[in-house]
Amino acid sequence: MTSAIVVSGLHKSYGATHALDGLDLEVTTGEVHGFLGPNGAGKSTTIRVLLGLLRGDEGDVSLLGGDPWRDAAQLHRRLAYVPGDVNLWPNLTGGEVIDLLGRLRGGLDPKKRDDLLRRFDLDPTKKGRTYSKGNRQKVALVAALASDVELLILDEPTSGLDPLMEEVFRQCIEEERQRDRTVLLSSHILSEVEALCDRISIIRRGKVVETGTMSDLRHLTRTSIQAELSAAPNGLASLPGVHSLDVEGNRVHCEVDTAQLDAVMRELAASGIKSLVAQPPTLEELFLRHYEDDSVAAS
Amino acid sequence: MSDFVGTGTLVRLALRRDRVLIPTWIAVFVVMAAGSAQATMDLYTDVASRVEAARTTNASPALVSLYGRIFDETSLGELSLFKLTAFGAALVGLLASILVVRHTRAEEESGRLELLSAGVLGRYAALTAALLVSTGTVVVLGLLTALALIGLGLPAAGSFAFGLIWITAGLSFAGVGALVAQLTEGARTANGFTAIVLGVSYVLRAIGDSSSDGKSEWVSWLSPIGWSQQIRAFAGDRYVVVLLPLAFLALLVTGALALIRRRDVGAGLVRPRPGPAVGAPSLRSPLALAWRLHRGSLYGWGFAFLLLGLLVGNIASNVDGFVTSDSAREMVQKLGGVQAITDAFLSTEMGMVGLLASAYGIQAALRLRSEETALRAEPLLATGVTRTRWLASHVLMALLGTGALIMIAGLGSGLSSGASLGNVGHQVPRMLAAAAVQLPAIWLVTALVVALFGLAPKLVTASWALYGLFLLIGQFGALFNLPQAVINLSPYGHTPRLPGGTFTLTPVLALTAIAAALLAAGLTTFRRRDIG
Ligand SMILES: Nc1ncnc2c1ncn2[C@@H]1O[C@H](COP(=O)(O)OP(=O)(O)OP(=O)(O)O)[C@@H](O)[C@H]1O
Ligand SMILES: [Mg+2]
Repeated sequence: MTSAIVVSGLHKSYGATHALDGLDLEVTTGEVHGFLGPNGAGKSTTIRVLLGLLRGDEGDVSLLGGDPWRDAAQLHRRLAYVPGDVNLWPNLTGGEVIDLLGRLRGGLDPKKRDDLLRRFDLDPTKKGRTYSKGNRQKVALVAALASDVELLILDEPTSGLDPLMEEVFRQCIEEERQRDRTVLLSSHILSEVEALCDRISIIRRGKVVETGTMSDLRHLTRTSIQAELSAAPNGLASLPGVHSLDVEGNRVHCEVDTAQLDAVMRELAASGIKSLVAQPPTLEELFLRHYEDDSVAAS
Repeated sequence: MSDFVGTGTLVRLALRRDRVLIPTWIAVFVVMAAGSAQATMDLYTDVASRVEAARTTNASPALVSLYGRIFDETSLGELSLFKLTAFGAALVGLLASILVVRHTRAEEESGRLELLSAGVLGRYAALTAALLVSTGTVVVLGLLTALALIGLGLPAAGSFAFGLIWITAGLSFAGVGALVAQLTEGARTANGFTAIVLGVSYVLRAIGDSSSDGKSEWVSWLSPIGWSQQIRAFAGDRYVVVLLPLAFLALLVTGALALIRRRDVGAGLVRPRPGPAVGAPSLRSPLALAWRLHRGSLYGWGFAFLLLGLLVGNIASNVDGFVTSDSAREMVQKLGGVQAITDAFLSTEMGMVGLLASAYGIQAALRLRSEETALRAEPLLATGVTRTRWLASHVLMALLGTGALIMIAGLGSGLSSGASLGNVGHQVPRMLAAAAVQLPAIWLVTALVVALFGLAPKLVTASWALYGLFLLIGQFGALFNLPQAVINLSPYGHTPRLPGGTFTLTPVLALTAIAAALLAAGLTTFRRRDIG
């Protein structure tokens, strides 16, 4: 397993704002890696450092085996980038922008280009200033997806796309995964990340706080359990991983770390289960937990 | 009335946004007028010296076409301010129209206006607010100038008339700004249209004012700047002429309002047409892209420079006609004869053309920054394009563009002066050389933008301020008795005065070397800094 991206201990500040605060990130070659985090967490900043557009203050960054600051142009021929805010030249048509960007990366596949234009339902003859936000985004996406590159770096690529187009985008990324291309996908849309990504990293205030596969992270979530027992439970409170325990006679309500589920179920069964409702864990919870902490910290 | 809802809010918003810009500009103009008047009063203490100075000016086609005629040769006020009459009026006009476009089309282009229109805003509110801000600014500017002049001891009636010259020019071009802002979808293009109207107005009055036999004097009346001049401050104070620019403003605003009724928010009257679905095979390098981005404005400037060159050459060949009176003939002899005067005129005008070409160079080099802040540099720099190549593409457009412009003007002036003097073969190479020697100073100023872009990108628009400073040093340095060290700061002062003067290599090489050093500094610092 080689790594397409390795970042360790990255710091970056803009004047007084400490945007990245010792960030570690690893993206394995061939995987689709989700990059999640609340607004202002530092996703775009990380990506800009990875592209050599910004220079990190401290820490090591390696991209496709090279140094993105020193070897920017050579490395860029092997990747395609879709920025979060796509601005086009007012007088160039979408088709011209797609071709220009593709050629500057070292070529694009004309068949794939036409196919993508059709699937994204994009008119390439319009001038830059007449595109809507979503359509500007599509121009950048088509240019990136039609390029023959090893790595795709996508910064919130679906912002502004309608649900139909989001679906097209998902299919495209699925195809890229099958071609073993590496994708770094920054996003706010949890379902998108859940559906597409092999592994995800959650970033908060300039640090990666969780990283792993979907099931790794599911482990970090809690299952909510409601049970009616034959007798009052006794050992439940002392088990690790049990939270907000609420016992009323024979009724029990608690949140359980998914990793500790087994022990808790044994304990419950020992008291005789009459009825049981278990709410499956969602990533949303984990995610919200980090997001909420963040807004609490911010306020 | 609902069409105007929200005007007050927008006026306050605009005044807030421009709370530094507007007072600064007003102060610059007032100080410029007062300083010029004070310096002249100190210099010419008696009537005889004033009359002589005025006669010399009126005998020089270069000065008359550049600044306009002095109508009353005994008037202290007119002599004090003649350099700021037409020239200042043009600058006030520029300010007024930029203000209108800035608060209408530029807002619309950025989408901010849409955000506001979704609230409660009448459809005429933006334009009305912009016009109120713009005309209000020039009225205050003109009145304060008049008060400053009265304070210095100039006649009150004349001082107000002078204020009105600037105010009326501002009003005319506020109207122009209002109209062009409706025509195009881009603020840049709208300002380009204004610049063309301004340039044509200036040239028309130059033709009329410098008409030697009075036959083409009427041409000045085709120009809004000409109308303002015809108020003739300190030389009759013809207030009634004010009606002309007022009517012009009313006409243009009516037109603009009619256009607003017929178009959508964000759209222009000129609808963009669809373009090619694929990029031409040549569109494969940053340079090709830069050419696409710069060529439209370069063609426009090129055409204007050709006309300007032809005009300058044509006026030069009329120098003879200026020499009508005996006293003028005597003056001409003192100044070295007709040939010397023609050459002096041509070299002065070439210097002015060089200043204009620098404005193109600055604007073209500023593209670097606008591309960066509009986030259009980022996707390019995330491809195989190095920072050096990207920077070089725009810098090359600026350097070669200014080169092309100045040579076109040189060619035009050589052709037209040669044609009427009957020595094209002699005159064309002389004028091309006169054009070429302007380049090092132009490039230095352009390179200054690049250096700032690398070193202090947030301050890059200060290049306009530096340019303005060089311009003022050149125009008023001697008059204000500035120390030589300050006068030497302006690169334009070091350009050999061709045709006619002697060519010295040292300043040309020095200017070029400084320009190269600035470019190198800009490039190395840009390669090391963050993008964005
Ligand atoms: N050019 C800049 N100058 C100053 N501060 C900046 C700049 N760019 C970003 N920041 C700050 O750095 C922090 C990280 O911003 P960044 O754009 O990386 O966040 P993000 O995770 O991409 O957020 P979003 O989800 O909103 O896109 C924020 O606090 C932001 O305000
Ligand atoms: Mg972002």
